[in-house]
Amino acid sequence: MIQAILVFNNHGKPRLVRFYQRFPEEIQQQIVRETFHLVLKRDDNICNFLEGGSLIGGADYKLIYRHYATLYFVFCVDSSESELGILDLIQVFVETLDKCFENVCELDLIFHMDKGGLSAAPARAVSAVKNMNLPEIPRNINIGDLNIKVPNLSQFV
Amino acid sequence: MALKMVKGSIDRMFDKNLQDLVRGIRNHKEDEAKYISQCIDEIKQELKQDNIAVKANAVCKLTYLQMLGYDISWAAFNIIEVMSASKFTFKRVGYLAASQCFHEGTDVIMLTTNQIRKDLSSPSQYDTGVALTGLSCFVTPDLARDLANDIMTLMSHTKPYIRKKAVLIMYKVFLKYPESLRPAFPRLKEKLEDPDPGVQSAAVNVICELARRNPKNYLSLAPLFFKLMTSSTNNWVLIKIIKLFGALTPLEPRLGKKLIEPLTNLIHSTSAMSLLYECVNTVIAVLISLSSGMPNHSASIQLCVQKLRILIEDSDQNLKYLGLLAMSKILKTHPKSVQSHKDLILQCLDDKDESIRLRALDLLYGMVSKKNLMEIVKKLMTHVDKAEGTTYRDELLTKIIDICSQSNYQHITNFEWYISILVELTRLEGTRHGHLIAAQMLDVAIRVKAIRKFAVSQMSALLDSAHLVASSTQRNGICEVLYAAAWICGEFSEHLQGPQQTLEAMLRPKVTTLPGHIQAVYVQNVVKLYASILQQKEQAADTEAAQEVTQLLVERLPQFVQSADLEVQERASCILQLVKHVQKLQAKGVPVAEEVSALFAGELNPVAPKAQKKVPVPEGLDLDAWINEPPSDSESEDEKPKAIFHEEEPRHARRRQPEEDEEELARRREARKQEQANNPFYIKSSPSPQKRYQDAPGVEHIPVVQIDLSVPLKVPGLPMSDQYVKLEEQRRHRQRLEKDKKRKKKEKGKRRHSSLPTESDEDIAPAQRVDIVTEEMPENALPSDEDDKDPNDPYRALDIDLDKPLADSEKLPIQKHRNAETVKSPEKEGTPGVEKKSKKPKKKEKKPKEREREKKDKKEELAVSTVAPAKDEVEELKREEPEDEEDNMDRDQEKKSSRHKKKKHRKEKEERPRDKKKAKKKQAAPLENGATEEEEPIPPMSSYCLLAENSYVKVTYDIQASLQKDSQVTVSVILENKSNSFLKNMELNVLDSLNTKMARPEGSSVHDGVPVPFQLPPGVSNEAQFVFTIQSIVMAQKLKGTLSFIAKDDDGATHEKLDFRLHFSCSSYLITTPCYSDAFAKLLESGDLSMNSIKVDGISISFQNLLAKICFHHHFSVVERVDSCASMYSRSIQGHHVCLLVKKGENSVSVDGKCSDATLLSSLLEEMKTTLAQC
Repeated sequence: MIQAILVFNNHGKPRLVRFYQRFPEEIQQQIVRETFHLVLKRDDNICNFLEGGSLIGGADYKLIYRHYATLYFVFCVDSSESELGILDLIQVFVETLDKCFENVCELDLIFHMDKGGLSAAPARAVSAVKNMNLPEIPRNINIGDLNIKVPNLSQFV
Repeated sequence: MALKMVKGSIDRMFDKNLQDLVRGIRNHKEDEAKYISQCIDEIKQELKQDNIAVKANAVCKLTYLQMLGYDISWAAFNIIEVMSASKFTFKRVGYLAASQCFHEGTDVIMLTTNQIRKDLSSPSQYDTGVALTGLSCFVTPDLARDLANDIMTLMSHTKPYIRKKAVLIMYKVFLKYPESLRPAFPRLKEKLEDPDPGVQSAAVNVICELARRNPKNYLSLAPLFFKLMTSSTNNWVLIKIIKLFGALTPLEPRLGKKLIEPLTNLIHSTSAMSLLYECVNTVIAVLISLSSGMPNHSASIQLCVQKLRILIEDSDQNLKYLGLLAMSKILKTHPKSVQSHKDLILQCLDDKDESIRLRALDLLYGMVSKKNLMEIVKKLMTHVDKAEGTTYRDELLTKIIDICSQSNYQHITNFEWYISILVELTRLEGTRHGHLIAAQMLDVAIRVKAIRKFAVSQMSALLDSAHLVASSTQRNGICEVLYAAAWICGEFSEHLQGPQQTLEAMLRPKVTTLPGHIQAVYVQNVVKLYASILQQKEQAADTEAAQEVTQLLVERLPQFVQSADLEVQERASCILQLVKHVQKLQAKGVPVAEEVSALFAGELNPVAPKAQKKVPVPEGLDLDAWINEPPSDSESEDEKPKAIFHEEEPRHARRRQPEEDEEELARRREARKQEQANNPFYIKSSPSPQKRYQDAPGVEHIPVVQIDLSVPLKVPGLPMSDQYVKLEEQRRHRQRLEKDKKRKKKEKGKRRHSSLPTESDEDIAPAQRVDIVTEEMPENALPSDEDDKDPNDPYRALDIDLDKPLADSEKLPIQKHRNAETVKSPEKEGTPGVEKKSKKPKKKEKKPKEREREKKDKKEELAVSTVAPAKDEVEELKREEPEDEEDNMDRDQEKKSSRHKKKKHRKEKEERPRDKKKAKKKQAAPLENGATEEEEPIPPMSSYCLLAENSYVKVTYDIQASLQKDSQVTVSVILENKSNSFLKNMELNVLDSLNTKMARPEGSSVHDGVPVPFQLPPGVSNEAQFVFTIQSIVMAQKLKGTLSFIAKDDDGATHEKLDFRLHFSCSSYLITTPCYSDAFAKLLESGDLSMNSIKVDGISISFQNLLAKICFHHHFSVVERVDSCASMYSRSIQGHHVCLLVKKGENSVSVDGKCSDATLLSSLLEEMKTTLAQC
């Protein structure tokens, strides 16, 4: 299950924050900050998994993130999720945003946060955004400088 | 008023929208907080306005601020207002804000129940969708209970978009309201085979998540999932299923055996790495759960390890990481298969990525053996030197210690090497793990007797160079090792080569800068050293040297007496007195060594950590009983004041009388024992006290292994562990030669009894042995029975047996006005369970079996009711006759004929429990319709009326309008298959009129029918929805139509048709809208409503029931009611206001109506007349 979706920029400014478990606002900000410091330290060419530890929920949770241009997309998931699957999911999510806003950039998320928030919303609970959005997403979107290292799942039908 | 409106809209032009807010925040980088608080003030103003657009804009901005960390819970009520906006774009903003900030503690959340229910049943799929999405984030137990049934109905929605959302949200509902799991489960299970892949995978997701927490309840689904696994091509679904199997296999080994083959096939065939990885993971889980009886067991393991090796060798760091992660799972059960990849894993230790290095470290833990331990640790030591960043270095340090100490130092063959490694580790700068190293030193020195001599020599060297350790690392924990060093040198001082030198090292002034607890140990162990030196000197008859030592102590101890640390101070002053006393005795020429060393006589035995807890309470001992009578309160109070200076006195006393006798020594010994027992740093002594003294001199009975003499016992300076690696190699080589030469049986005594060394290790005998393998435990220790289950685990409540048939009491609570649909046939009426069932639109998942069971229940109940005494029946018959009339108003009217009387009394009998039940239900779920809130029972009503019927099928329908669509209504048609044939290819066609048209799929002509999206097996009913567009709603309409279908039975298929007339009453265009009495009055005052009235005679039902009927059938709501007079209000989908004044006379009812459209009003009143005439 996905516990939280955090999107923030290279300076740690939150751009889209979605928790599927109740945390008071201060704790939410703290989590965003700590996550930011964790991922900031990491080079782009090292692995995209982080053991969550004390951040959310303890040892069962992992942070899985991707870095696109100026934005970090971080998903906090528990052990029932496939790590590689979530990486693909982030890709799908970014492509969805790209489709919604045409050439998505950081400012899109800020200016259309009502829409952004909702397109993240289907990802809720049992993380079936992948299942939900798939049929509607054309696979051949060309997103500027995304480099996709994880092999894509073979098909989405 | 108009002016106000204009003014409001001008104000609005200056409102900030979200974009302006964001821009503003960016432009006010320096005083962001101030700017935002100013914005919040503006938002508060905007929220006070009536305009919903302004409110939505304000809430939208608040949502953004919430993300930045501002609390917006104060606007919860405004958020609800925006949620209930009719425009989708506003509604969406409201739900988004709610999902961000609502939680179980939000008190206004209970106000949302009806709004959410309305949105859930909205004809627009996007309204429903946004409500479901929002609800998933803030569902509370109350909301879950009230809405469970609505959501469950949506699981069978015609749109897959809604179905999958509904399926997913059910998981949240289950969590909050576990009672809903069993009733909803059959439908959920059915969704596993939904034609839409999205819905299917949603169902898989939900069940996987449920099964992960309580796997045993879902074992029965294994065959279904197995089928899905072999048939599905959706990788997302496959991954989930395979993960689920991973959770199920430990419970059912047979499943595992079946899984191996398809999984290995998948591993070979798939190109998707994620799927491959999950397959490997599950195969590992299967292999772990299976006993080794599998024939191709090792082949599968081999395959997994091979594939993982490919992952690890991949250049992608993610795959590398996951490969290592999975490898560590195999390691637990099949260490050998992993060990062959040692090269690869050691290579990963050099990786630039810290996560990967850490994973590789985890693997090393399981890979060491006696053969390679030294090599691996050597490698790790070089990493320690290289590592930048203390966290990773600390991690390395703990791993080295873990690896070496695992399972009772199983892999260590040479403890001298290990001690030297530990000493080398002390030279690490900035580590936090000094105490870990210290604990290891103590543990090894105590438990490996043969190593003590070596350990002591190393520790004294460490104490000598304490300034190195202490100076640079005062802040961090490395000085902890001095604690261990001091204790070891003191306790095992007999092994010390130069005790004098060590003693001096421990009394250096620099020592006082160490932390208190370490100084305390220093002080204590100085005396132990002193005792052994005294003994040595006295044996050598060197009294002068003995006195010198005493003098040294007397000179140096005062520096500890002045310590700020109480423990140090107390120990030091105590010992100083003792030493002074000894000094006096020495001056008299009395030999004192015996007595001083008697202070520390005895051996300390390690005790198992839990031993103390497990000592059984002897029979007849009551630990709670008072040993003495409890002292009375007054006594203790008297004594307390004296105690203030109590502490000082004894100390002075002791100083004044340094000469103490044997008694004092014994007392101190006792105190020391006590202190040791309470000191957590002391290894607790054995619970059998006699042991301690008995083996004081008994060193000879300890089996000590001969240490190879070629190993130098004293290494000058700090040791280099590498030397020991070489020496150990030589030792092994020699051992092997010896063995080859002699070829005699192995010395069993050299082997540890704890763990069996693996075959390859067998020929390496350890140089020293770990002395106490199983730590001491009290005899007949109690078995520990710890319950790991957390009682607060939210998933625990979902541990529900799903295979048990549903009990009637388990049905979901259903909101009443939806249920009020009439029961289908007379013989069904009255059974509570059935009643509930039939109230929901029948769905195809209702299995024939279930229906049979219900019928049976029903018969039993009927049987009971007919047994009731005859006399009562008659009386009841008379008394309740009038009410019975209305009961029959619904569709089963045609059935009452000659059997009338008999049936009637039966019905009455059943009526009562039903009413009671209803009353109860009403309390549980308050209704939105004002008229039904009163105590009086209201007869069941149904908005569904008969459309057409023949021998095959019975069709009922209801027309629903929605505020969002002003020229559209939805017709819900329930089709019930009454025959034994299978009905398929059903198609509904209507002859459109100019005004009313059926919405057909694009591209089809007006003459084409609209297919019904399901088929009907015998005895099953289901609901289909059709959308009609209407231009004018002021007149009632009738449309002719046909339902065509193919009925298929054993004899063959026939094409059938059923004609019907669809009646669009004006009432169906009305929407129940609540209205406050002041607004109602204003509306009437405005004077632009036309008026009409009707009067109906011969009305006998109660006014309450009458109002309920009008509310229900004509979608009105009661504004005010005074005695037998009520004002009512409703609104059409095109915005016409309709106001009614209903008055009840003796036997008549008059209805005055006012409406913005005269034609609509007269049509409505006509319809109302018909309804009332039936009463």
